[in-house]
Amino acid sequence: MKSFIEKKIVIGAIIVLIAFIYILRLFYLQVIDTKYKYSADNNVLRYETQYPARGLIYDRYGELMVFNEAAYDLMVIPRQINNLDTLDLCNVLKISIQDFREKLYKAKVYSRYKPSLFVKQLSNEDYAILQEKLHKYSGFFVQTRTLRAYLQKTAAHVLGYVGEVDDKIVSEKPYYKSGDYIGISGIEKSYEEILRGQKGVKIFMVDVHNRIKGSFANGELDTIPIVGKNIHLTISAKLQLLGEKLMNKKTGSIVAIEPSTGEILALVSSPSYDPNLLVGRVRSENYSKLNKDSIKPLFNRALMAKYPPGSIFKIVESLIGLEYGVINPNTGFACNKSLVNCHNHPTATNLTMAIQHSCNPYYFMVYNRIIQQGVSTNRFKDSEIGVARWSKSVKEFGLGQLLDIDLPGMKKGRIPDVDFYNRWYGEGRWAFSTIYSNGIGQGEVEIVPLQMANFTSVIANKGYYYTPHLIKKIENTDTIPSKYLKKNKVNVKPEYFDLVTNAMELVVEAGTARRAKIKDIPVCGKTGTAENPQGEDHSVFIAFAPRENPKIAIAVYVENAGFGGTWAAPIASLMIEQYLTDSISRPDLEKYVIDYK
Amino acid sequence: MQRKVNVWTSIDWLTVTIYLILVIAGWLNIYAAVFDEEHKSILDISQSYGKQLIWIFAAFAIAIIILIIDSEFYSFFAYVVYGLLILLLISVLTMGKEVNGARSWFEIGSLRLQPAEFTKFATNLAVAKYLSTFHLKTYRIRTLIVVGILMIVPVGLIILQNDTGSALVYAAFIFVLYREGLSVGVLIVGFLLAVLFVLTLIASKISVLIGLLILGFLLFGIFRQRLREFIVAISIYVGLTIVLWILNEIFNYKTSMYNIYVASIVLSSIVYIVHIYKKKIAIGFWILGTLFISIGFTFSVDYFFNNVLEQHQQERISELLGVQSDPLGAGYNVNQSKIAIGSGGFFGKGFLQGTQTKYNFVPEQSTDFIFCTVGEEWGFLGTTFVIILFVFFLLRLIMLAERQRSTFSRVYGYGVVAIFFFHIVINIGMTIGLAPVIGIPLPFFSYGGSSLWAFTFLLFIFLRLDASRLELLR
Ligand SMILES: [Zn+2]
Repeated sequence: MKSFIEKKIVIGAIIVLIAFIYILRLFYLQVIDTKYKYSADNNVLRYETQYPARGLIYDRYGELMVFNEAAYDLMVIPRQINNLDTLDLCNVLKISIQDFREKLYKAKVYSRYKPSLFVKQLSNEDYAILQEKLHKYSGFFVQTRTLRAYLQKTAAHVLGYVGEVDDKIVSEKPYYKSGDYIGISGIEKSYEEILRGQKGVKIFMVDVHNRIKGSFANGELDTIPIVGKNIHLTISAKLQLLGEKLMNKKTGSIVAIEPSTGEILALVSSPSYDPNLLVGRVRSENYSKLNKDSIKPLFNRALMAKYPPGSIFKIVESLIGLEYGVINPNTGFACNKSLVNCHNHPTATNLTMAIQHSCNPYYFMVYNRIIQQGVSTNRFKDSEIGVARWSKSVKEFGLGQLLDIDLPGMKKGRIPDVDFYNRWYGEGRWAFSTIYSNGIGQGEVEIVPLQMANFTSVIANKGYYYTPHLIKKIENTDTIPSKYLKKNKVNVKPEYFDLVTNAMELVVEAGTARRAKIKDIPVCGKTGTAENPQGEDHSVFIAFAPRENPKIAIAVYVENAGFGGTWAAPIASLMIEQYLTDSISRPDLEKYVIDYK
Repeated sequence: MQRKVNVWTSIDWLTVTIYLILVIAGWLNIYAAVFDEEHKSILDISQSYGKQLIWIFAAFAIAIIILIIDSEFYSFFAYVVYGLLILLLISVLTMGKEVNGARSWFEIGSLRLQPAEFTKFATNLAVAKYLSTFHLKTYRIRTLIVVGILMIVPVGLIILQNDTGSALVYAAFIFVLYREGLSVGVLIVGFLLAVLFVLTLIASKISVLIGLLILGFLLFGIFRQRLREFIVAISIYVGLTIVLWILNEIFNYKTSMYNIYVASIVLSSIVYIVHIYKKKIAIGFWILGTLFISIGFTFSVDYFFNNVLEQHQQERISELLGVQSDPLGAGYNVNQSKIAIGSGGFFGKGFLQGTQTKYNFVPEQSTDFIFCTVGEEWGFLGTTFVIILFVFFLLRLIMLAERQRSTFSRVYGYGVVAIFFFHIVINIGMTIGLAPVIGIPLPFFSYGGSSLWAFTFLLFIFLRLDASRLELLR
């Protein structure tokens, strides 16, 4: 195709044309449009970040748990400081000149042109005095912030706390600037982006006397902050508070879940702390105090403490044994104390009795049959095959697994597998006789309380669970993350769950957990007493209620409290009663539990 | 016949001079952009302006080495260089360091290299080598496919590195193809597709669709000049749409209106095609064909935008098109950029006197948004000077490209022009709100060793080829 204009001319013309358009545009921006000419009258621009209010947090019944209070930060732009009466400002702020110089030096190191935090969270009185005199201190201005406040001193581990961003976050996430707040733990961290909203910026023109001359370019270039979304948790504030009260003076954890949804009703870790301690100016000081405390109040035991489960693990062994067909409901074993010790009880002639009386030698035998199925004549090899299969089955219940809960920091615990034992003892150097303690929930098995409660949900649901979570509703949206709507199924037939449920009801009616009985509410439970080589045994109890259409599944773990029926069972019983009836009919039992020892 | 010329006398010193002016002006502006009263010395190598000076000296060394090497080397090893750079791109994907979400850097001690920058000149060499093959016809589809493959390989790898900005640069090669014989239609179609692209993003898919339909009917009406046919055509379409809508309501399929529109386009098109075929209406085929291609394009743009582009890329494009103004995101940067440039006025605030650039774009003040510093401190005079200097530079390069005797050198020369042009247009355009913020450097101005060295490679290989243009015919 012949063109009547040479191609080089066309290309050259395009270049010149675009350059011409750009120069015109620049002429408009730089010469004609007066919008940007702030500096003609010696004005400077001040960028004030508009912090949106952080989203509020409610409990499952819409009761407010976390709200905001105003706070005032004094900011400085070193370059804009002019004729400052330093002494006067120091008096207003009640700081020494030395202190003042240090702060200003730090601000200058950060930037001469950008605002830095000078004094954070002024008291209301100091703020009032400062406001009067602010016009004398050019380069300084006050920025309004909000701080978290709590209606009750409860659920500190669930809610988490908010703090200033560190340098690492600033460099990784461009949204955050030095001095901004971010959720550091708990729900505040998990739902940071929903709760925080979106910052805005207001640009002001300020004259040499630190007086605001009006908004820049009629506010056209300002950006409006977007308030954070409120969220509703699945927690019942009332139940949570009761749980914390019941754990008074004890170390351990309570986790309660609604089995039909996976919603967490209460998540208690004891000892805990007052969430108000980690707010504002006092946060870092209190944090280091709490962090050094020998009772570890910051440690969220519900998610992070790995415990031997004790006898509650016999339920898992029963279900797996039935499913594998190595036992049946009528299998009986003698209480042979030479295998493993036991207490005195009628001989377990069937599985129900074994659960009801928690017979150790019985489960030694059950676990033996699960592990050594005679697939290989070599007993080491045979155990290896058995452990591989068993370990996989146990993990289906969510045990020894990271459950994708909306709280950071969960620990996996441990369901030992072939790899583990090969590393521990060496390949071909272990067999059933080495690992039999797993059968009664001792040995190498370690589980965190959340997994125990989730496992209880699986029994209550007869074979499935929804991943436990704390989010009930995000305001202005109609759904929660889809991972919480997915059913996780377990490969065990429903009729085996019926059998286990019967036995667990007997445990409460006439077995080891009679203290958990509630009038008119059929409770199914299982006690555990986990051996603790370091000291007194741990007291464990899992339960769900009512028997038909269970509304609550709960796990209670009290460290060094001895027999499971003594402390853990009554705590669970009171929690269940409170949740199902919204009242407590046994104040004496409540007082007994709270007073402890 | 072969005679070697002296490089130092035959090199185009005018271009070299412009290069030097641009590099030094860039360096002074980097100094001003990050000026810090604690580190006043412009030679302080703990600061970016000190480092840039080192990169500049290294660039000079690179330039000299390029000029010393025999000019035939570049043509002879074009594919080898290309292959090596592709290998580097692959290895940076696996071994590179991730910075701001893009895995595109090699870190060697304190030195960071970005292979994607260097791939530009390597691809240019390969394209030039291929197009200079004897007896090759540029307008052949086969030729275009090979050139397309030569570009798609680096583009794909660069996109995998999450560095879409650098990948878009390759679009500039359309100028090279145009110069080498591609018809003017290509430029026009490219332009129209760009317009449709922008429309799809600004307006909803549905309104673009309806707009296209109306346009189709109008064209049909204009060319056929028969009212009856026109009315029947529209009635068929509208009638089908209504029928489908009613069916949807009755059977409660919950399909969106959008799907109904598309379905009735397809169904009514069948009727039209039959009619057009029977009556042998050539123009009808053209209109219908164009309509279908446009709709397909709209679809794929929409899909690409919503499913392929990452959130930040979507925001950056949306920003330019005014779809949404994300408070502290990309729109914020462009606003600050305009304030900085606008506040410079006619004469500027003076060297080191700017304040806007110093406190707003910490991450990009000395790289992507360096032109703001020029605008704020040197005013309209400064910005115009820089633009005119760039125009002069580009026109000079076109002139040099045109005087080449070998196809290889000419194609390479136009590639150089196209790549520089794209960078300059996008980079300056984004600071004044006329182009999307896609984060590519302003040649010779932006801070960074990789881009400066890559541009030096690109330019000086061409100057080397130009210096020996009289040696022999390739
Ligand atoms: Zn026994």
